[in-house]
This record gives sequence, C-alpha cells and structure tokens, in this order.
Amino acid sequence: MNSVAILTQALEVVAAIALAPMLTGWVNQCRAWLSNRRAPPLLQPYRALRKLLHKDVVLAENASPLFRAVPYILFGAMATAAAIIPSLSTDLPFGTAADAIALVGLFATARVFIALAAMDVGTAFGSLGARREMMIGFLAEPALLMVVFTASLICGSTALPTIAETLVGRSLAIYPSLAFAAVAFVMVALAENARIPIDNPTTHLELTMIHEAMVLEYSGRHLALIEWASALKLFNYACIGIALFGPWGLSGSTAEATSPMLALGLALPVLGLKLMLLGAGLALMETLSAKLRLFRAPEYLAMAFLLGVLGLLVHLLLWGGAQ
Amino acid sequence: MPEPLTAAGLQGVVGIALAWIGVGILGLLRPNHVGIVARLLFPAGALLGLAMAVVAFTALPLPAQQMVLPIGLPDLPLHLRLDALSAFFLVLLGSASAAISIFAAGYFREGEGTAPGLLCLQYHVFLASMSLVLVADDAYAFMVAWETMALSSYFLVTTQHRIPEIRRAGFVYLLIAHAGALGILLSFGVLQGGSWQFTFDAMRGAALSPGWASTAFLLSLFGFGAKAGLVPLHVWLPDAHPAAPSPVSAMMSGVMLKTALYGVLRVSFDLLDQPLWWWGAIALVLGLFSALYGVAFAAVQTDMKRLLAYSSIENIGIAFTAFGLALLFHCFDMPALAALALAAMLYHALNHAFFKSLLFLATGSVLHATHERSLGKLGGLIGRMPWVAWLALIGTLAIAGLPPLNGFVSEWMLLQSFLFTPQIPQPFVNMLIPLGAAALALVAALAAYVMVKFYGVIFLGQMREPQLAEARDCGRLERLGLGVLALGCVLLGLAPGWVLGQIDPISQLLLGNGLSPAGHGIWQLTPLSAERASYGPIVFLLGAVLVVALTYFVVRRLYHGRIRRAPAWDCGFPAQNARMQDSAEGFGHPIRHIFAPLFSMRRQLPSPFDRNPRYRVDVEDRFWTALYLPLARGVERAAEWVGRLQQGRIAAYLLYSFLTLTALLVIVL
Amino acid sequence: MNLPLSAQLIHLLAAVLLLLSFAMLAQRRVLSLVNLFALQGAVLVASTTIVAHSSGQHHLYYSAGLTLLLKVLLLPAILHRLIRRLEVRWDTETLVNIPTTLLIGLAVVIFSFGLAQPISQFAETITRSTLGIAIAMVLLAFLMMIMRRKAVSQVIGFLSMENGLFFAATSATYGMPMVVELGIALDVLVGVFILGIFFFQIREQFESLDLHHLESLKED
Repeated sequence: MNSVAILTQALEVVAAIALAPMLTGWVNQCRAWLSNRRAPPLLQPYRALRKLLHKDVVLAENASPLFRAVPYILFGAMATAAAIIPSLSTDLPFGTAADAIALVGLFATARVFIALAAMDVGTAFGSLGARREMMIGFLAEPALLMVVFTASLICGSTALPTIAETLVGRSLAIYPSLAFAAVAFVMVALAENARIPIDNPTTHLELTMIHEAMVLEYSGRHLALIEWASALKLFNYACIGIALFGPWGLSGSTAEATSPMLALGLALPVLGLKLMLLGAGLALMETLSAKLRLFRAPEYLAMAFLLGVLGLLVHLLLWGGAQ
Repeated sequence: MPEPLTAAGLQGVVGIALAWIGVGILGLLRPNHVGIVARLLFPAGALLGLAMAVVAFTALPLPAQQMVLPIGLPDLPLHLRLDALSAFFLVLLGSASAAISIFAAGYFREGEGTAPGLLCLQYHVFLASMSLVLVADDAYAFMVAWETMALSSYFLVTTQHRIPEIRRAGFVYLLIAHAGALGILLSFGVLQGGSWQFTFDAMRGAALSPGWASTAFLLSLFGFGAKAGLVPLHVWLPDAHPAAPSPVSAMMSGVMLKTALYGVLRVSFDLLDQPLWWWGAIALVLGLFSALYGVAFAAVQTDMKRLLAYSSIENIGIAFTAFGLALLFHCFDMPALAALALAAMLYHALNHAFFKSLLFLATGSVLHATHERSLGKLGGLIGRMPWVAWLALIGTLAIAGLPPLNGFVSEWMLLQSFLFTPQIPQPFVNMLIPLGAAALALVAALAAYVMVKFYGVIFLGQMREPQLAEARDCGRLERLGLGVLALGCVLLGLAPGWVLGQIDPISQLLLGNGLSPAGHGIWQLTPLSAERASYGPIVFLLGAVLVVALTYFVVRRLYHGRIRRAPAWDCGFPAQNARMQDSAEGFGHPIRHIFAPLFSMRRQLPSPFDRNPRYRVDVEDRFWTALYLPLARGVERAAEWVGRLQQGRIAAYLLYSFLTLTALLVIVL
Repeated sequence: MNLPLSAQLIHLLAAVLLLLSFAMLAQRRVLSLVNLFALQGAVLVASTTIVAHSSGQHHLYYSAGLTLLLKVLLLPAILHRLIRRLEVRWDTETLVNIPTTLLIGLAVVIFSFGLAQPISQFAETITRSTLGIAIAMVLLAFLMMIMRRKAVSQVIGFLSMENGLFFAATSATYGMPMVVELGIALDVLVGVFILGIFFFQIREQFESLDLHHLESLKED
C-alpha cells in the first residue's frame, strides 16, 4: 500500500512535468482557432524548450549567483507544488507534509524569488516587472487563500487531498459559497498565470509586460526552466481548480484500494479530458476579453479578494442557519 | 501549586542579571578603551545571554519558583517569580541577546557618540532590567524594572546625541514610554482591588467586578500597547529605532517589544481571572489594524531602518491579533483553539526576535560599510558583502512568511486558528472572524512585497552610488552573530512540533489546558487533528530540495551549454545606468496608489523641461497631524492656563500650599 | 447537514443574487447594468418558482410570472430604449472608487448577516437562512444609488432594491399577499415611466443627466 502511494506520488509529479507544456500548447492552439489563425502544433512548446535547453547561456555581467539559482528554485517549487495537488489520486503521502496554506506559501516563495532575480541585474524593465508582479501577487495571494479557506470550511480540513475526497464522497450537495469561490478562483488564476485581463502572454511591448519583463535577462537553459515552470504553474492552477470544484474521477485511497493501478489508469484520461475543457475555456475567455489598464488590475484583484471573503461569509450564513 | 524547595532557576536568572550589571560597571573602568569593551565585555555579555537562555529553558517545564529579595524600601521587599511564561520570554531574551551581543562586539569598534564604556553600561543595564521585568512578582519591582528599561534604552537611542533629530526621537520615545508606564501603574492600582497589596499573588486573588476588570485591562492595554508600538501609540517607534545604533535597534525591536507582549499576557490571562470576550475583540481589531497600517507604511519607506521599524509594528500587530483571538476563544470556552492561538502568538514573538534582529543587524553592517541609510543610495551589495547579503536573505524570506522558514509557521498556526472557528455565539464576532483571516492574509502577502523591496533595493541590482564599490564585508564576530540568528530562523522553521511541545506548559499555566498531544511530533505539526491540517516542514524541505537538486543535475548532465558574460540586454536599450532601476519610491508606488487614504503625501514633481529633474515625495503618518499635534497643542494651552498661577512670589506659593492642605483636610475629614 | 435539493437550489440562487448585486455595484457601464438587472430578475423568478413548488404556495407562481413579465422583459426593454433615446451609453462615474465601494459593500453584508442571524432563528420557512442575503441586497442597492452620479443608474438601483425586498418577503414569509404585490408592481412600472419623463426634462434643462447639476436648484 505504502509503496503504491509513493509510486502514485512520483507518477503524479512526472505526469505534471511531462504534460504541462502540452496544456500550454493546447491553449495556444485553441486561441489560434478562435481568432481564425492557423494553429501551431500541439507539441510546439516542447520544441521551443528543447531549442532553449541546447543553447548557450548569456548572462549579464553583474548577475549574482542568486540570479543563476532562481530558475532551478522556481522549477523545483512548481514541481513540489504538483506533488501537493491531487491531480490523479488523493492518496498522496506528501500531502500530509504540506496543506493548502503551504501550497499558497510555496507559490509565494516562487514569486519572491523570481522578483528578486528580476531586480538582480538592475535594468529598468526588470525592476519594473518585479514591482508589478509583487503588486499583482499581494492581492492575488490572499484571494487564493480565501478560495482555499472556503473549501476548507466546507470540508473541515486544509489538506487538499482530504478536501477533494470529502467533496467526492459526500452525496451531491450544492455549495453556494463555492460559486463565489469559483469566480474568485478563475479571476486569480488568470492574474497569476499572466493571462489576459492582467498580462498578455504573447506581448512584446516592453511597457505593458509583467511576467515577460521579469525574465528578459534570462536565456538558454535558464529561460527554458522558467518557461517550463510557467507552464507547470498553469497546470497546477488547473489542477487546483479541478480538485476544488470538480474532483470527480480521482483515484482515491479507500474506495479503489483493491486495484489502485486500474484506478490510476482511469484517472489519467479523465484528467486529460478535464484539462482539455479547461484549456478551451481559458482560450475562450482570453479571446473574449481585453487587457486591463495596469491600474485597473488592483481593482480587478480586489474584486476577486472580496468575492473570496463573500464566499466565506455566505458559507457562515447559510450553513449557520442550516445547522 | 506545590511550593518548590529550591528556586535554583530563579537564583540563576537573578545572578545573571547582576552579572550583566557587573559587566556594565567594568566598562566604566576604562570608558574609552574600545579594545577591552569590544573584545572582552560584549562577548562576556553574550556568554551570559547564552547562560540565561539555558537556565530559563530548564525552568520552562518546572513549576513556578518564588523568591523574596529583601532590598528596596523598608517593608516593601522585591518579590520575584519564575514560571513558564517568564521562562519562555527569558529564553527569547537570552538567545537573541547572545547573538546580538556577539555582533555588537564586532560592531562597536569605532567609538561613536557616547563613550564605549558608558554604552556598555547602558546596554547591559538594559539587558538586566528586561530580565527583571520578566521575573517581577509585585507591582513595585515590575515598575522599577520597567522604568529602568525605558531609561536605559532612552540613553541607548540617543547615543549620537549631537544630532538634533536623534534627540527629538529620544524625547518622543521617553514621553510615550512614560505615558504608557502611567497606564500600567494605574492598571496595577485597579488590579489590587481594595486589598492594598501590590504583589501579583494578591492581585490574582482579588475579585474585581467586570467594570473594574475591564478598566484594568484597558489601562494595561494602553500601557503595554504604547511600549509595543500598537497603532495609534506607535509614533515613537519609526523614529527611535533608526536613531539607535543597530545592535540597540535589534535589541529594542527583537526583545524589548516582547516584554510588552509578556505584560499584556500576564495581566489578562494571569492576574485577571475572568476575561470578557469583547477585550479579545478589541485586541483583535487593534492588532489587525496595526498590522495593516505598519506593513503599508513599511512599503513606502525610503530609509532601510525605518522600513524595518514599521515592519515591527506589523509583526506586533500580528502578535496582538493572535492574543485577541486567544482571549476570544478562551472566553467562549474553546480550549483547543485558544491554546493554538496562544501558541501562534508566542511562536510569532520568538520568530520576530530572530528575524527582525537579524535584519536590523544586517542593516547595521550595511551602514558601517557604506555610511548610507537611504535606500535610494544603495544597491548591488550582494557582490561586495556576500556574507551579510546571504544571511540577510534568510531573514528576508523568514519575515516574508515563506515556507519552510519560521515566519511561515506562526502565520500558518494563526490562519489555522482563524479557520477552524466553530460557531461563536456572537453573530457579529462570528462574521468578523473570516474578515480577520482575510486581513491577515493580506498583511502576510504585503509583507512579502515589503521584503522584496528591502532586499532587492539594498543588495541586488546595480550600485546606485560609485562609492559603494568600496564597501567591505563585515568582520568575523559580526558574521557569527548574524549566522546564529539565521540558524535560529531555519531551526525554528523546521522543528515547530518540538518547539510547541516546549511551550505547552505556558498554555497549561494560562489557559489550564495544552494543545492536543498530536501536535508534538518532530516530523509533523498537527495542531488540532491529523485530518484537519498538518504541516511537516522537514519532509517538505527535503522534498523541495530533492526536486531542485534533481532538476539541477538532470539539466546540467544533459545540456552542456556554456555560460557567456555580456552586458545586460534590457530589450537592447544601449545607455543604461543605475538610475534607471526602480528606486525605493518607485517600488512603493503601487502601495501609495492603492492605500492612498492611509497616507498624507506631499509631492514635488519636476517640470518637464527641467535639466536636472528632482522628484520628491514625503509620506507622513496621519496620526501625527490628526492626533498628536492637536494633543500637544491642547497640553500647551492647558500649561499656559496653569502657568498663570506662576507668580514668582514665595508668599503666593505658600498660599497655594495652604489652600491645598485645607481643601484636603476638608475632603478627608 | 444535508438539506433537500430545493433548499440547496434556493441557497445557490440566493448566493447568485448576492453575486449579481456586487457585480452591479462594481459595474461601470450603464448598458451592462441593465443586463445585470434583468439577470437578477431572472434568478429571482427561478428562486420564487422553486419556493412555490417546494412549499406548495400557489400564489407565488403568479408572483414569479409577474416578476418575469415586468422585471425581466418589460422594464429592461424600457430602460434600453431610454438609454438609446437619451444617448447616455457612456460609463457612469462613481463618487468613490470601486474597490472602496466594494469594501463598504462588504461591511454592509457583514452587518446584514449579523442582523439576520438571530431573526432567521424565528422564521419557519425553508428559505429562512437567505434572509441575510435579502437584507444585504436591499442595502447594497441602496449603496449603489448613493454612489452613482447618473440618474439612470440610480433608477436601476431603485429597481434592484425592490428586487431585494421581494426576495426578503419570499424568504421570510413566503411572499406578500397578492394584492400588495400587484400594487407594488404597478407602482414600480408607473415610477419608471415618470422617472423616464423626468430624465428628458432634466436633460433638456441641463443638457446632461449628471445629478450634481440639481444642486444648483438649491436656494441659498
């Protein structure tokens, strides 16, 4: 049993790392179709990563060791996050070491490191990007916490696997507070992954960039790792969304204990299907909306934060009355 | 409570305090000899600090020890007592002061302002008085130690007394410290409850009506809040901390503020037997407001020590939030949650002692190396001062509340206690709790913003001034001090289960119950129950390190691309210079924009045709103009009015005395 | 813990109503505001129908029908027409910036939830715990009227407030008597017509619908 759990854990991380660029490729494909362009192939991100990994690294003259360490830390943080989130199975031994709050903390760690790296070389755009990223972050992080809290209050636990299991295990119940949380989560996920109302992943205008401005000075394998980490981040957010708002189809620890391998085998295609749907939805949302002015971004994120808080309040009101 | 036969621990504490005073007096023998003071006396003080930590640590699980010292006024001996709560804060004092003293041994090599010998006396008296505050067991001993602490720290703040701003900062500090001490004195006056016995034992026994108990609580909240820097009593803090030499700032921020936390815990949980729930609500709201206020102001500061001072206000706010929560849970009879919130508060106090001291000392090293405090003139020091920079990075990450360091643990526990609030019978309080959790999350995220600014502007980027290239890294003793504190941050982050097990006697003492025994594992922190939440920092760190190392080896194994150095690209922009980086003002701009109503700002914008453009923004505390200046004017007016009594003639004064005496006689008889 | 499905649905719809109230508070564009108002009406119709079905109160079906006709179809149509005729499609200005408005809105929600908790203990309907949301809706609509400058958005706020009252009535006591409801419906309709006429008058007088011009009517 234990060895199976550890195997599942490893499989989950490997699957996340391997599949993440494909999700990015799929979103790009959908975006292209929606805007009547010819789509790049699904595997295009892998080719880009391969090319970058083979290139030499050009490092700014005054870059410190911190600058060189950050891509590895960033990638490691995102891969660790993938180990906490129940994307295939809820039977995760690592899940007891870190709960949802630690997950948010892990994302914050990644953000702080990338912002520090952006300030390290000391260029105008780098520090601009760092400032903007931290501005987005300090509003998005509490909003994400509020989303997680709403789910935790419903399930009485902050461990993501337990939350997913509880939501699956209960007889079908509608949680209005989760509606608020879901809206807030979508808003946060868009902002955190440098998606359209806040940032444009394909932009090449220096003054409007956020995430791209921070990684301007990176090249070669460092850049490849950072790009891969961004893809992993998107993948992770998608999996958090699935775990909180649609966890059906995960392989559990108790129900399918007889044949865990079969359950895992089933969980993978289900996950793929859900990710395809989510990716298409993301592309649709991005195509339909326009980028906000930078100083509308706090307004947008404040809205997400307040929705998260409202979710908590609604839970207290409705469930307080029902008890 | 069984009376212990020996009071060895307490005797040890008193002995160490006396030894500190002795070390200080030795400094007076050769007041201007830097060598003796720095190489001998400060390390001796550090050893004593270590001894204090050990003695107090062994006393932590023991029952309370009491002692009566027959000194002081006749028939008014000093009562001393060492219980788990005192012992915890003594451990904090001892361990932090050991590291700070070691650093100070390296730091005070150049004489500045006050003669080093005198400084040594003030510093060690400060240490001794703090430890006596923590073991005092009657109002008299407490107030004497408390005032000695305030006075000695005042002299330390005004070390460079030739600078007028520093004298002004010291004056404001002394003023507010005395206003606070008055509050505490009055609170003790209420607490004795008509028995006219000023020992804490008598106060524990006094039965107070809810009205008087509330008065005592509010007075003590005012008094200790003034020392802790609770908004709106915080105005002295951002002036006094930057004015003091860095080890003193570290001591004041890391340790002295904690004595106020100790006091507020002592009064509300120990001396007052029946707390009321709305006290907790007040502390919670004040704490959250302080935290938000402090962190927003920290984000817009341009002086590195002021930034840290505002960040102290934030951290004290977090501690008060936890305190309020513990009181609320205690009053609504939820023992497990109360214990969790209390543990979060103590843990945060301990964490803050470590990372804030670390950062203050790091700014001290930077200040020594560059003679520059303004963030606008620093930058790029990671290349010149790698030791300070890397050790400060640990402090930065810890204070930003990032896992797996210690700042995260206390915030995690606090969020947990917010989160698993069951139904509180008061509907409004019940609705306020999630709002509190939201505010706390916002504060934690903002702290990360502040710390990225602090670290990035000082240590990263290009040097903003050419003379920074001559900065030298700190000396060996300073490195040792910084290293000990950084190690503390890491260990406290990795072994929370163990620490919680050690501080369990405190919640036994104050609340009558401890945390659930599940929370004491070394690997795993499970405050309430395993299904609800668990956090295993060691496994977490190992997992993360494993992934990072694996990534590194795989990438380096498979791909052999070389590393070429070239000028920074910056989108091909050719004429870059250090002034194009984000300045401290620039980095704070989003916060100024978003939290505009909090600040009162004065801006000078350059005209577009200016050849030598200057931009200047002054951010001021609204409390100065809204609260303190009117208050000061009122006091002045009152003084003028009273001043009419001044006649200059002896006869008139004798008349006043006569009238007062008659009036008193009429009232009394 | 597990409620019947109808109650769960009502809770969900109540939450959506609150969400829509906040969306209206945050919305800058007048046309979107009208659409949100129509959507709010539609959700109200749905929840009233479910309440009617689960409680067996047949008069609620008529109320739902009336709401559908009036607030989902007729009034939004009139408002659209008004906006087109008056050419006031630009963004509305708010008195206070939007995040602050939302923050005040949050305080309002906490206030009304705290207020409703003791009251809802006494009600006996299955929908009683949504009373807090209903009160919040009324107060939020009020807030929207206070915060807006343009007359059209104030009218929408007024109508949304009526939605809140209607929802409060349904959740606390299964709706008002039919006669009262008909009367209110008629009042609202007439009120909107009169306000529409007022708009034209105001615009002719001041060439704008910005209500701060009305301040100049004050006698000094």
